[in-house]
Amino acid sequence: MADKSFEIFPKNSNKTYGLMELVKGTAPATEKEPEDTIFSWPHLFYVELIAVLVVTAALLFLSLYVGAPLEEEVGRDTTPNPMKAPWYFLGLQELLVFFDPWIAGVTLPALIIIGLMLIPFLDTNPKGSGSYTFSERKLAVSVYAFGLGLWTALIVIGVWFRGLDWSWYWPWNDLHVHKPPIVGLKDLSVIFATKLGISEFLGNTLSYLLVLVYFAVGLIIPVFIFKRFYNRLGIIRYVTTMVLFLIMAGIPVKIALRLIFSIKYVMVTPWFKI
Amino acid sequence: MSNLLQRVSDWVTSTQVYKAIFRHGYEDTPRNRSLTTFSNVLYHLHPVKTRKESIRFRYTWCMGGATLLLFVVLTVTGLLLMFYYVPDTRRAYQDIKDIMNVVSFGSTFRNVHRLAAHGMVLTVWLHMTRVFLTGAYKPPREFNWVVGVILLTLTLVLSWTGYLLPWDQLAFWAVTVGTKMAGDTPLFGVEGPFGRQLGMRQDNDIKFMLLGGTEVGQNTLIRFYVLHCVVLPLVAVVFLVIHYWRVRKDGFSGPL
Repeated sequence: MADKSFEIFPKNSNKTYGLMELVKGTAPATEKEPEDTIFSWPHLFYVELIAVLVVTAALLFLSLYVGAPLEEEVGRDTTPNPMKAPWYFLGLQELLVFFDPWIAGVTLPALIIIGLMLIPFLDTNPKGSGSYTFSERKLAVSVYAFGLGLWTALIVIGVWFRGLDWSWYWPWNDLHVHKPPIVGLKDLSVIFATKLGISEFLGNTLSYLLVLVYFAVGLIIPVFIFKRFYNRLGIIRYVTTMVLFLIMAGIPVKIALRLIFSIKYVMVTPWFKI
Repeated sequence: MSNLLQRVSDWVTSTQVYKAIFRHGYEDTPRNRSLTTFSNVLYHLHPVKTRKESIRFRYTWCMGGATLLLFVVLTVTGLLLMFYYVPDTRRAYQDIKDIMNVVSFGSTFRNVHRLAAHGMVLTVWLHMTRVFLTGAYKPPREFNWVVGVILLTLTLVLSWTGYLLPWDQLAFWAVTVGTKMAGDTPLFGVEGPFGRQLGMRQDNDIKFMLLGGTEVGQNTLIRFYVLHCVVLPLVAVVFLVIHYWRVRKDGFSGPL
């Protein structure tokens, strides 16, 4: 801008005002290069108009081929099997296989919402704002991808791999034939008690300890390995981040324990079971 | 003849009524040109000038805008459906049948309403992922991300409350399962951890509040109907206003 200006009037020290400079341009702009912005009309409005037309047309065309379903009227004597929620809730419904309803249906959704809200306050990395980048924020993008991947996987399983009685059905299985129910699930404490030959109380205590160790190790070890990460976050951010992450990572851990070792609950208390 | 037209148009544009509606003069002057721009409601909703980078399709993928559009489509089609639907367990199902088979374009509006609802969940998701991947929640935009998460939650609750309204098997059992989980809420549900210890009963816990009874019935239908058609959309609009206001105030996140 400066090279285009030229002095017309010499400054007059007797006046408190004066003509500073003349600038060539078509738009009023202060403290900004005129090239930075463009007029919303027509540039932005055209983009919006096209987007509106595309989405509306897609909706109308799709509505010709994909009808909204309507089943029989409510009847309490017949229960559909399997009873599937809409696809966006099937992740939660799938979790019901592995967790009690108070975790899968209430606590985990609440934690997901709270965790999402906390993201901007836990991510202290100032880099990577305003562009797609992986190299500048490897950890944040990886954790998000892990969560999103887990969620998507659960939904895919719920939509395409669950059939009668919520049993696992491969696409080539007959959807009208019941699968044998899964039996022989045991609590972790019972497995400890029988395998190690200790009392049920000790087995129970051992299972509590194991859950405690999972969180303790998960909280303490990274402090020493990723010192810089810990120092940057500070204790409150670090503990919040890690507890939320360990709970999220605990979901596939629990699923794996169920599938590989037939464990029903890892922790049994008189009030709740996990 | 053209002289007469000219005189009529001169008279019209000089009346108080015309001037009350259009706050700028009619003559083609630089001042009036600016005024037509600045007194236009579109320029209240949009900035007059936009950052070049923010219009790039590959930055935003239009997902936030698509979400708003779907919300508007849902409002319009939803209003049309409300003319024919009565939330009474004795006739709700028949009303849906009427909408699908008797009402002109009824099935189209119902199909579009459902597709837009599914689509909105998807676009909200994609919009959130886009915002995350571009780091657009970083200071000073933290609060707008929080508002966005609230809007995501509202979208899901709106979808879920709408699910019951057709009063068919799908609706009834999905909501039965969903509300059964509410009874398992820690502290506030009778089946949940510490629920009974805190004095929760079948007839005073959070599930009872949601259903208006102990099982899905007429009270549930009217509750979900009012939530779906009035309460939640109004709350969503309030948060939408804040969301857009903050986008304008916090500025565009893209490259400078």
